[in-house]
Amino acid sequence: MHLVLFFIFGGLCVVGALNLLLQSHPINSALSLIVVMSSLAVLYLLLGAEFLAAAQVIVYSGAIMVLFTFVIMLLNAGREERTHGSRMAYIAGFPGAAVLLGLLSYIFLSNRGHLGNARLGSYLVTTGDLSRVLFRDLLLPFEVTSVLILIAILGAVALARKEH
Amino acid sequence: MTANFQLLRILPEVILTIAGVLIMLIEPLLGHSTSRKPLGWFAVLSVFASLAASFAQLGMAAGTAYYGVIQTDAFSVFFHVLIALIVLVSLLVTIDTANANTESLGELFALMVFGAVGMMLMTSATELLLVFIGLEISSISTYIMAGFRRKNVKSTESSLKYFLLGSFATAFFLYGIALIFGATGTTDINAIASQLGTSAVPMFATIGLGMILIGLGFKVSAAPFHVWTPDAYEGAPSPVVGLMSTAPKAAAFAVLLRIVYVAFPALHAHWQPLLWLMAAFSMTIGNLGALRQQNVKRMLAYSSIAHAGYLLVAFTALSTDGIAAASFYAMSYAAMNVGIFAVVSHASGYDERLSLISDYRGLAYRSPLLGGALGFFLISLIGIPFTGGFFGKFYVFASALHSGMVWLTIIGLVNSGIAAFYYLRLLASAYSKPTNNALLDPMPRASFALLLALVITISGTLILGIVPGQILAMSHNAAVSLTSGIANPAPSATHQ
Repeated sequence: MHLVLFFIFGGLCVVGALNLLLQSHPINSALSLIVVMSSLAVLYLLLGAEFLAAAQVIVYSGAIMVLFTFVIMLLNAGREERTHGSRMAYIAGFPGAAVLLGLLSYIFLSNRGHLGNARLGSYLVTTGDLSRVLFRDLLLPFEVTSVLILIAILGAVALARKEH
Repeated sequence: MTANFQLLRILPEVILTIAGVLIMLIEPLLGHSTSRKPLGWFAVLSVFASLAASFAQLGMAAGTAYYGVIQTDAFSVFFHVLIALIVLVSLLVTIDTANANTESLGELFALMVFGAVGMMLMTSATELLLVFIGLEISSISTYIMAGFRRKNVKSTESSLKYFLLGSFATAFFLYGIALIFGATGTTDINAIASQLGTSAVPMFATIGLGMILIGLGFKVSAAPFHVWTPDAYEGAPSPVVGLMSTAPKAAAFAVLLRIVYVAFPALHAHWQPLLWLMAAFSMTIGNLGALRQQNVKRMLAYSSIAHAGYLLVAFTALSTDGIAAASFYAMSYAAMNVGIFAVVSHASGYDERLSLISDYRGLAYRSPLLGGALGFFLISLIGIPFTGGFFGKFYVFASALHSGMVWLTIIGLVNSGIAAFYYLRLLASAYSKPTNNALLDPMPRASFALLLALVITISGTLILGIVPGQILAMSHNAAVSLTSGIANPAPSATHQ
């Protein structure tokens, strides 16, 4: 059952990601991204991470993607122009990505015996456990994130402001 | 530990955050024609306060706060002081360079101050997640500052290239953290070393460390991850380049030192050859690239790649020596590089009147002060005795030789020789008689802010070059405080 679900949604995720890259209209790419995000949520669920799956659906597939589509529609973005890309991307980029992919899959496969399996519900993480980590152990990183968001807003305003 | 006492360990960051928020809030209340320079002086004062707070941390015993995510020790204080001084001088240069064409100057000051918060957190964080957030604060503020001259196409290009490649590098860094967490079950730098011994999948940690090296390699612009540097530096406003070529790099080097020496001494045999290669590539590519440049900022960009290489040489040395030499080098490079960008900023102005080496012809006649300062910093960058540049290189190469890195030292020395060519070319241009009468106009008068910036950087370079004892002792203390936590010292260096 797990394996079947994994192949369905894993395949859907890869197809969605490829479609995202190949589509030339931004709105089609954004819709493919929703497919990718939602199938990732199912994969998280299969790995036993219920909270992460829920957050993925609410935050990524929900809030962020709605914002994306709104912005694209508001800007009335047209088709992308196709360029042939840089030659370096073909010479170094594709082999580099292939090497990285090969290396990672080799390492994950060769350590398969040590990694074990996750079962749905075997790691029951309550909201209490999560908040203990987030608001106690990682309190400072959590608070400092506000500075990060603040400068991102500040920068967006400074760069996008109309000239007087 | 009481809450107040914990707050002291992040006081420098807290002061700067409050100052940044105030500057940001006051800026829109000022009228269009009101000068923003008082805001800049306010930022300078807040950096002074933060500097004092950092020094005060030396009086406290080294220790952690906020459930072990932050650790103040001699090492973190050393880099806090360095970052505060760089931001201080960059603020002064920005105050000097800004003119009526400068847009949203208040936001620029706020971004510099906020950027410093991120960099300072990076140097004292012992939790990889906090390192990541600090890295993002420092990077995002730099991306925005690089694109601040919005009417200038080059500036926008610089910002976009820096942003895209920087985000790519950040992804590597984050993936590295995830793999290390997978291998050890912790993201606490102090705990990784002991967890590594019991890990069932140590190979994950090795690959994770490799990814972190790639991510930080981008941030310090070490070859082969340097391609963004010349374009980003050419387009960004000069005072910002002085900042972004030194402070974020110093912070990234501090993180790298903490990660490789505290978390991964056990993988010494893996990371040392990688850093050896990065050092050799950076020195050679940086110096050969700089030889071909006609644009001064591009030349200095390649020179900064080369200097990142010299600094990486220190990583191949034995732990305490290497950390001390790397910290000392970071400081001496910062003094001379921020200094030379102060000169470049004032000479070329916010609108970049001078860009090519030939444009600097006769600079010494137009302004003996600027010419003299330029010459002094160039001599230090070459590495001539009695300057900080000389002692920085001396300690780095001496520590590398001590651990038997003969070949790397030879590559480094040959590179220092090559570097002299292009630095001297700029120096000769500044001191030769101008052929064009238009270039004979005197320079705009140096403001008090610029004079203060030059006094700080020139005296810094001189102190590091003539009486380096005190700062050397500080960097040694920093190294000892970093390594004293290590249970098993790094295995002896593998000879190349």
